[in-house]
Amino acid sequence: MNGKASAVMANTSRLFQRKNKNSNETNTAGYIFIAPWLIGFLLLTVWPIAQSFYLSFTEYSLLEDPVWVGTENYANIFFKDQLFRKSLAVTFTFVIFSVPLKLFFSLMVAMLLNKNIRGMNLYRTAIYFPSLIGGSIAVSVLWRNMFSLDGYVNHVLGWFGIQGAGWISNPQTALGTLILLNTWQFGSTMVIFLAGLKQIPQDLYESASVDGAGIFSRFFRITLPMLSPVMFFNLVLGVIGSFQMFTASFIITKGGPVNSTYMYALFLYDKAFIHYQMGYASALAWILLAIIAVLTAVNFLFSKYWVFYESEGGKAG
Amino acid sequence: MNASRSVSALANHLFLSAFSLLMLYPVIWWVGASLKKTEELRLPTIWPETPVWENYTKGWAVSSDFTFAHFYANTLMMEFWNVLGGVLTSAVVAYGFARLQFKLRKFWFSVLLLTMMLPGQVTIIPQYIMYNTFGLVDSYIPLILPHFFGGGAFFVFLLVQFIRGIPRDLDEAAKIDGASVYGIFVRIIFPLLRPALVTVAIFTFIWSWDDFFGQVLYLSSIEKYTVGLVLRMFVDQFEIQWGQLLAMSLLSIVPSVIVFFVAQKHFVEGIATTGIKG
Repeated sequence: MNGKASAVMANTSRLFQRKNKNSNETNTAGYIFIAPWLIGFLLLTVWPIAQSFYLSFTEYSLLEDPVWVGTENYANIFFKDQLFRKSLAVTFTFVIFSVPLKLFFSLMVAMLLNKNIRGMNLYRTAIYFPSLIGGSIAVSVLWRNMFSLDGYVNHVLGWFGIQGAGWISNPQTALGTLILLNTWQFGSTMVIFLAGLKQIPQDLYESASVDGAGIFSRFFRITLPMLSPVMFFNLVLGVIGSFQMFTASFIITKGGPVNSTYMYALFLYDKAFIHYQMGYASALAWILLAIIAVLTAVNFLFSKYWVFYESEGGKAG
Repeated sequence: MNASRSVSALANHLFLSAFSLLMLYPVIWWVGASLKKTEELRLPTIWPETPVWENYTKGWAVSSDFTFAHFYANTLMMEFWNVLGGVLTSAVVAYGFARLQFKLRKFWFSVLLLTMMLPGQVTIIPQYIMYNTFGLVDSYIPLILPHFFGGGAFFVFLLVQFIRGIPRDLDEAAKIDGASVYGIFVRIIFPLLRPALVTVAIFTFIWSWDDFFGQVLYLSSIEKYTVGLVLRMFVDQFEIQWGQLLAMSLLSIVPSVIVFFVAQKHFVEGIATTGIKG
């Protein structure tokens, strides 16, 4: 089609368009198009959220009707349940170590990969590969084998005269192995950083070099501030995701040894689907939601001190 | 100048190769390990002294009733519906949000984005109870159905961004030709969305293959098991047959890897063609 002609037609049609903007017809059409999501949202999100809030004040085992117990579940969780405290401590430890580690690592690798070198695509694919398969049960199986007492990791350490432990069977190191596994899968975080790095205008670096800025000052004065919105995005999603880590602790350690890797999501799963304490587990879910909401809010509040948005016009949206 | 540049390029290559190797080493070792006898599994070497196929043949015939072929068929059948549902409905919903004006559009879009942050644990228990009430536990419906409701907020968001990048002139030209909003979607937007839909399909495939939590929760009889659940059965045995387990685990990631590499090519081509067209 002739490009100019269609542009002209488009311009004339814009005049007509004003008139029936927001007419009933497009209203209906709009809702017809978003209907699949909207129905799913009401059916599988809104209703369950309301339901789980109600259930968190009941005792319910699936077999009999829910029995209202008031705030008893919450009181038991906060004041009596040792496992709750343990799993919360484990989960916070996991988040505190794995989120910054992953951010740092993926930023470094993204900067490394943000160069014009021949064969770069190959390196990118190789480094991204573990993340592609990372969430699968298969990788958890691999990890469990590698880090077991007679796994090959210990064999390699033996060459350096280090007497390896049973990394997974030792309460001191089990959580560390899971953090390492999580860090190994930094690929999607890295891809987002990489996209952010490509957005930074090169002339900023050039004029900084002219002014005599070294590699470190260029990193801290240009890269980091320009990348801060992306960093923020990765931080928020990283915290939310890490709080819900499940597969690895379920397959590799089953929460053990002595509950040293008993992640919150695993605890909740056990309560709901092993012990069938649906009310109690719903209360746990709401506590998780509250924790995540508070941490996300804190992240947003602090973001104004360190996240730098380039355009003040606020075109983003 | 020139010499120092080539030295630094060489240094880059050396460093990147070493780093790639470090990242991939566990996977490379895995391939070798699947051909090893049990005694050799503890060694970090890649190639076994005498490669054996036994891990594959014995592992494949996993139980007396079924071979792994059965479980691959189960998983692929589920994947077919997941990908179909995800691709179709996410495109429809994204078109609504990106192109149509309707009341509360901005509100619903913000809600959609917020749901990305909602931890699944808050909804999973009532969802389970609901499926249980309708007798749908131990079926694929709870795993497939969500994909037919827009395929997930992330994909809708991705497609909305993509549609916003398609010039509106195309829509408006079609409108002058008498096309309705439905016609514009079917004949103009949907075909142009292809590269983005490939991305949706890849990630729907890989993520639902790995959605272990849902599968553990909703599938309980062995004949309905997915590949992931059978692997878990291996892990739960009293004495784990590591050779077989590693071999079968390795096989289980093959579909995702194939999908990724095959589709990645289309994906890149798609971007290139639309880039020229746009």
